[in-house]
Amino acid sequence: MALDGVSLALADGEFFGLLGPSGSGKTTLLRSIAGFVEPDAGQILIEGEDISRISTHRRDIGMVFQNYALFPHMSVFDNVAFALSVRGIGRGETKTRVSQMLELVQLAGYEQRRPSELSGGQQQRVALARALVSKPRVLLLDEPLGALDKNLRQQMQVELRQIQREVKITTILVTHDQEEALTLSDRIAIFRHGEVRQIGKPEEVYERPRNAFAAEFLGATNFLSGRVAGRRGDASVVVLGDGQQILTFDPLPAEDTPVTLTVRPEKFTLHAHAPDLAGKDEAVNSVAGRIVQPIYMGASITYRILVGEIELTVFYQNRDSQMMQPGDSVWLSWFARHSILLEDV
Amino acid sequence: MSRRNAFLGYGYLAALLVFLYLPILVMMAMGFNESKSYELPFRFSLIWFEQLSGNETLLRAGRNSVLLALINTIVATVLGTMAALALARHRMRGHVLLQLLLLPPMAVPWLILATAMLIFFYFSGIGRGLHAMLLAHVALSLPYVIIVVGARLQSFGTDLEEASATLGASPGQTFFRVTLPVIAPGIAAAALFAFGISFDQFVTSYFLSPPGVTTLPVEIYASIRKGFTPEINAISTIIIIVSMTLLLMVSRFYRFGGTK
Repeated sequence: MALDGVSLALADGEFFGLLGPSGSGKTTLLRSIAGFVEPDAGQILIEGEDISRISTHRRDIGMVFQNYALFPHMSVFDNVAFALSVRGIGRGETKTRVSQMLELVQLAGYEQRRPSELSGGQQQRVALARALVSKPRVLLLDEPLGALDKNLRQQMQVELRQIQREVKITTILVTHDQEEALTLSDRIAIFRHGEVRQIGKPEEVYERPRNAFAAEFLGATNFLSGRVAGRRGDASVVVLGDGQQILTFDPLPAEDTPVTLTVRPEKFTLHAHAPDLAGKDEAVNSVAGRIVQPIYMGASITYRILVGEIELTVFYQNRDSQMMQPGDSVWLSWFARHSILLEDV
Repeated sequence: MSRRNAFLGYGYLAALLVFLYLPILVMMAMGFNESKSYELPFRFSLIWFEQLSGNETLLRAGRNSVLLALINTIVATVLGTMAALALARHRMRGHVLLQLLLLPPMAVPWLILATAMLIFFYFSGIGRGLHAMLLAHVALSLPYVIIVVGARLQSFGTDLEEASATLGASPGQTFFRVTLPVIAPGIAAAALFAFGISFDQFVTSYFLSPPGVTTLPVEIYASIRKGFTPEINAISTIIIIVSMTLLLMVSRFYRFGGTK
């Protein structure tokens, strides 16, 4: 997969997530940073030093692989000590530093085990300790939790973040799991077809996606297409296909231009009757629709609701244990500031 | 599995083992029998081993065979491992073709290969002798070594080597501390193959041995044609014990550090 015009700058100690579907170029970028593939053009700098033409073993990086890539013929101790031993560091110091690392990943006492005698989570921790022991300048994580089951993955996410903060290492994570990227990263970049579609803090990218791909990739969302129809107070008006009007605070193009807004499913409030919007402090949208299908999910109910010709997904927190039925008339309201204009669809 | 099926399974296995080992056991037993013409009743004796120790021709052929097999093992294993590494780790031009071309020599009957070599060696001035046999044995063993070591390399992918590089190991360090130990069981198995192919080799050695220079298989064949004594059984017994021990050692070694 080729990368095209990707430019990223990381702050010292930042946890940066590269997120995208397979084949989007995120792994290629990580492998370029590691030096496994040589970019045709462009530069990779660590602390101002161009490493693009330096071979991997001189780059001073640490990497955790998806399948951990632990050395099967070595004990846990020898695996972790590897980076020190190839640098010719003495026995005493090696011992201290390996112990420190194993303590950090809570594997003290496992020194003499073989990787094949460890569980998936333990192997993952050994891989992390091995990557960190030489105090590299950058830590690269290639889908590090992909092989673990869900519970363990969530637990390891927390641990990974703690350890990363503790050793204050600049970290680049590649993942296709949006939840993982959101939980772990200070900032994320969303990749598609070798291009970065959006960069920002997780909450920025989630709350204000700039394009349909970023919006959809970071969880469920709705698209409302219509035409620009003038202004009302501070807000701009968009007319949907069925004539219902909605407001947004985003700057809109000229009158009558087709636009698409996106609204996250959890931003809606459901009403059985037309809501009274008078006297609200801020601009609120309200549209009428009809339930197509309720999907019961325990803590919440997902409703598919038809508004004009647009089918919307609405998350409804299950407070009153009552479910609306297909065909029921409903009204949806949401704050105008939650209608986000997409720059490109 | 039901009891009856288990019984059938064990029965089949037992029959197979008897079929494989009975002739060998009979042959070994006759090496310890006093009678020159394999007569029963069995009377234990070490006379044929004593005779063997004085049979210069057979012993010299044995020494040739061991020497040839050892050198062949080293040469073929080193060259084959290098080729397997190149094929597995570097994309070069004609890569697939090269890999495909490894297979036909394994399918061509040795008799035909041996004839081809005899003719080629004659015209190219290489001639006959131990050096010619070594060339032939290396050529015959190489495809096996490349395939066995290659399979081991394939099963590990490039992750371990990449991991080693990110940890600061130079290509040399990576090779000696990661790649080599990891593929060692494959190399050991390949070496065993190479040894066996050379030590067992009759056809090419027969064609390429000038008068007076023979290997054990060639000499045994010659003795059989002359009318042979249980000395052959004695030397065969020694060979079987040595090679079985070797094989058991390798199979123990193979378990170490393998993929699970």
